[in-house]
Amino acid sequence: MAKHHVAAQVNGDEVEFLCETEETLLDVLRDTLNLTGSKEGCSSGDCGACSITLDGRLVCSCLVLGCEVGGRRIETIEGMARGETLHPLQQKFLEHAALQCGICTPGFLVASKALLERDRDPTETEIRYWLAGNLCRCTGYDKIIKAVMDAAAKMRRG
Amino acid sequence: MARVVLVGNLAQITGGVAEFDLDATSVKRVFALLAERHPALARHLEEGVAVAIDGQIYQDALLEPVAPDSEVFIIPQIAGG
Amino acid sequence: MATMLTTATDLPQTYVGTRTVRPDGVDKVTGRARFGADFNLPGQLVGRVLRSPHAHARIVSIDTSKAEKLPGVKAVVTRDDFADQPSEFIPAGEMMINYRDMVRNILAREKVLYEGHAVAAVAATSVAIAKRALKLIEVEYEVLPPVIDVMDAMKPGAPVLHEDLFTVGVEPKPDKPSNIAKRVEIAQGDIDAGFSKADVIVEREFKTQPVHQGYIEPHATLASVSEDGSAEVWCTTQGHFIVRAHCARLLGMDIGKVRVTASEIGGGFGGKTVVYLEPLAVALSKKAKRPVKMVMSREEVFKASGPTSGAHVKVKMGATKGGRFVAAYAELRYQAGAFQGSPVQPGVMCAFAPYDIDNVKVIGYDVVSNRPKVAAYRAPGAPISEFAVESVVDELAKKLDIDPVELRLQNAAREGTKAAYGPKFGPIGLIDTLHAVRKTDHYTTPLEDWQGRGVASGFWFNIGGETCVSLTVNEDGTVSLMAGTPDIGGLRASLAMVAADELGVPYDKVRPIIGDTGSLGFNFLTGGSRSAFSGSMAVVEAARQIKADLCRRAAKLWEVPVDQIEFEGGSVRPVGDAATKAKPMSVADMAKVAGKTGGPIGGYGRINAQGAGPSFGTHLVDVAVDPETGRVTVLRYTMAQDAGRAVHPSYVEGQYQGGAAQGIGWALNEEYIYGPDGKLQNAGFLDYRMPVASDVPMIDAIIVEVPNPRHPYGVRGVGETPIVPPMAAIANAIENATGIRFTDLPMSPPKVLKALKERCRNKV
Repeated sequence: MAKHHVAAQVNGDEVEFLCETEETLLDVLRDTLNLTGSKEGCSSGDCGACSITLDGRLVCSCLVLGCEVGGRRIETIEGMARGETLHPLQQKFLEHAALQCGICTPGFLVASKALLERDRDPTETEIRYWLAGNLCRCTGYDKIIKAVMDAAAKMRRG
Repeated sequence: MARVVLVGNLAQITGGVAEFDLDATSVKRVFALLAERHPALARHLEEGVAVAIDGQIYQDALLEPVAPDSEVFIIPQIAGG
Repeated sequence: MATMLTTATDLPQTYVGTRTVRPDGVDKVTGRARFGADFNLPGQLVGRVLRSPHAHARIVSIDTSKAEKLPGVKAVVTRDDFADQPSEFIPAGEMMINYRDMVRNILAREKVLYEGHAVAAVAATSVAIAKRALKLIEVEYEVLPPVIDVMDAMKPGAPVLHEDLFTVGVEPKPDKPSNIAKRVEIAQGDIDAGFSKADVIVEREFKTQPVHQGYIEPHATLASVSEDGSAEVWCTTQGHFIVRAHCARLLGMDIGKVRVTASEIGGGFGGKTVVYLEPLAVALSKKAKRPVKMVMSREEVFKASGPTSGAHVKVKMGATKGGRFVAAYAELRYQAGAFQGSPVQPGVMCAFAPYDIDNVKVIGYDVVSNRPKVAAYRAPGAPISEFAVESVVDELAKKLDIDPVELRLQNAAREGTKAAYGPKFGPIGLIDTLHAVRKTDHYTTPLEDWQGRGVASGFWFNIGGETCVSLTVNEDGTVSLMAGTPDIGGLRASLAMVAADELGVPYDKVRPIIGDTGSLGFNFLTGGSRSAFSGSMAVVEAARQIKADLCRRAAKLWEVPVDQIEFEGGSVRPVGDAATKAKPMSVADMAKVAGKTGGPIGGYGRINAQGAGPSFGTHLVDVAVDPETGRVTVLRYTMAQDAGRAVHPSYVEGQYQGGAAQGIGWALNEEYIYGPDGKLQNAGFLDYRMPVASDVPMIDAIIVEVPNPRHPYGVRGVGETPIVPPMAAIANAIENATGIRFTDLPMSPPKVLKALKERCRNKV
């Protein structure tokens, strides 16, 4: 069966790739484009470790097919920092020790960024419910929530 | 004489005798003396026991010294997860 | 309570005890860090495993010929590719491992013993071909009836898993095989006499289900075997030296010919202290002469890696009117899974360990059944037994009308208390944690209807073990630190802080890495709450070697006797009569003249760390029970635990909070659900329900410090104790809210609702 030829934008760069029909966007990102920052935790959209944004919308890349993203704008964890400058969320995660093993961290950062782009001042409860699609087994979520709240405050101060 | 106590199942191998007074200055000697009295113990002592000497637990205790008035407990080895 | 350190350092501590940013953090927040599945090699093949669809069956035949002929398939392995192993117990990971069992667990031999049990593995040029190849492998099974539940497995007449398993630890020795691998017992005093003195006795039975460690990263490995038989393995593991040992043993290779690199690890909690894919990947690579990459799916992780035991526990405790515990008895029956080796022994030893009780007897049974072989899960064995004990202690408190913290204080183990498993405790912090929790305003905040408060304590022994750390001073004075225990979250930061303080160099000049098995001597795995404890001890040892060496070099340089040289504040300086002979030289200054003064500067800490101190904790939780849905919401959570000395407080708090969250899941929702056919029905994160951010509140973590006199900084391991108290604390809170004592975990909404409805019915 012939592969699909897809052209899309990933983290601001124009990319082209070939993929099988059944390959997910996560497979394409990790295996074809060598962007291994998005992680595979479950392949069923339950853990959020593969979170990316597709045309600005937060999705699980394991639930999107590679052949579906032609002409669309994809943003992954690899595009979050600007050169040497970390995004405030990335910085706050480090300061608050909001990661232990770090496997869920890319997903949480992408998801948190998506939240703060639509709501600059979410409450603790709103943050917890927004991030309910991201599983963390190490931290108990406490420091993650604190980091997101602190980053939001910093971003509001400008 | 050091007081040596077998904890748990080890006492079953010695026919229920769990406490010994042994003239030993090292754990190695304690094991040797115990194995002399109860040969069936030898394999267990090699296979994996931890030793507590005066309250301090050692996982690999073979060469640790034992004082004349020490209290030595031989307990199952512990690890973790 | 705190004892002053005698072996302690007098060094000013600039970093230890502060909240530095971890040196490996930037890679983790940018996606650069490489976990198990993030490695690739040119020419690599995809490895996949064929797994048993049956929970219990004899393997009549395996025919791989069709799969081998499929174009694109480069290797197939089955039991025939692994030599059988003699029965031999060695400590490796959480419990004693028997290689005869291990070789059967990685690939079934005579029987398949659980749904998901590996039967064969293939390496192919693509995922699609690998999947097709698996379908072409023909396995003939003689299906047998399965048994899962521990009580069912113990009944006479239950399907027997191993014809050669005869219960050890009972007299007379049984002449028929059974599923009871072992009976263990500890005892002190006289139980019957103890109970006869009791004014109040509580006796209860409890049931728990298997729960999985739930690491977000599935098992993954990449193996490459060369033509000369040497192997390189990358894998996600808690112990790469252990992986090396197992692969070498199972494949008949020299340990020196296997080099294992630990990737970053996406969670382990004990579940990655064993091997599943690694020996298969090495065997496949050996046959195919190409690298082979193998990654488990989430379903495979649930079905084929080892959750902890489900269990049945009976506890009976007696106390005087005044609140003194006079007798304590327990029977623990733990599932081991397909092969023997549940953590029933530590469960037995931990059960009553927080208390000073004269008369104790605990019996444990290790029972096999048709589910995956148990792997360690954070304080293995203790959460189950202490759930039961702490629940009974709470009932005693209620019957005696004594505050539950006060009751624990009256009976708490302290320095000098003889534990029921033998030794006397050194300085310990249980009482400190009880006081800390009682002092919080959480303890006295009023509750509303359908809300309740519960408290529970717990502990873990903690271990030390073999550890090698190398410290090298580079030519520009920066320090390279290489440790050998995978960093599950904060270790590199902690070790770098200790090295920085020991050598008096800035923290950001210390660069820590985790070395592979070819770069260091043997390191026991990350587990047992040992990596910061043992690692820091080895760093101190290595740093002291460097400091002594620098003094010797300075002595030669300055032509001053070495006993008139001191290392202080990051510099060597002449003292006493020689004080004016030369200006102090910093580590960086000395590094510049390293070549001239004897060669590269370094220290190598090679120790078998002993003296690990136990860590005690007490948890306090408020819950709200919804009478319409049975849902239990955790409203507020406070915990205090003894860290001895917190090297990095944020990562110590992180261990506390993470363990508590796992305990909340274990208490309220997590369980393996089996059908009558022995197959797992909830092998995914949707139905194996772990806590998400909206399920838990902020978790207030109080670090108590009762220094461990056996560690130069007073450090105690902290990682495991946090998962021990939560289940009982929550059960106690639910009882406080509803008046109903739940003894079956998890206390999920259907169960809570059913109990509430039954109570209504009974009242009418």
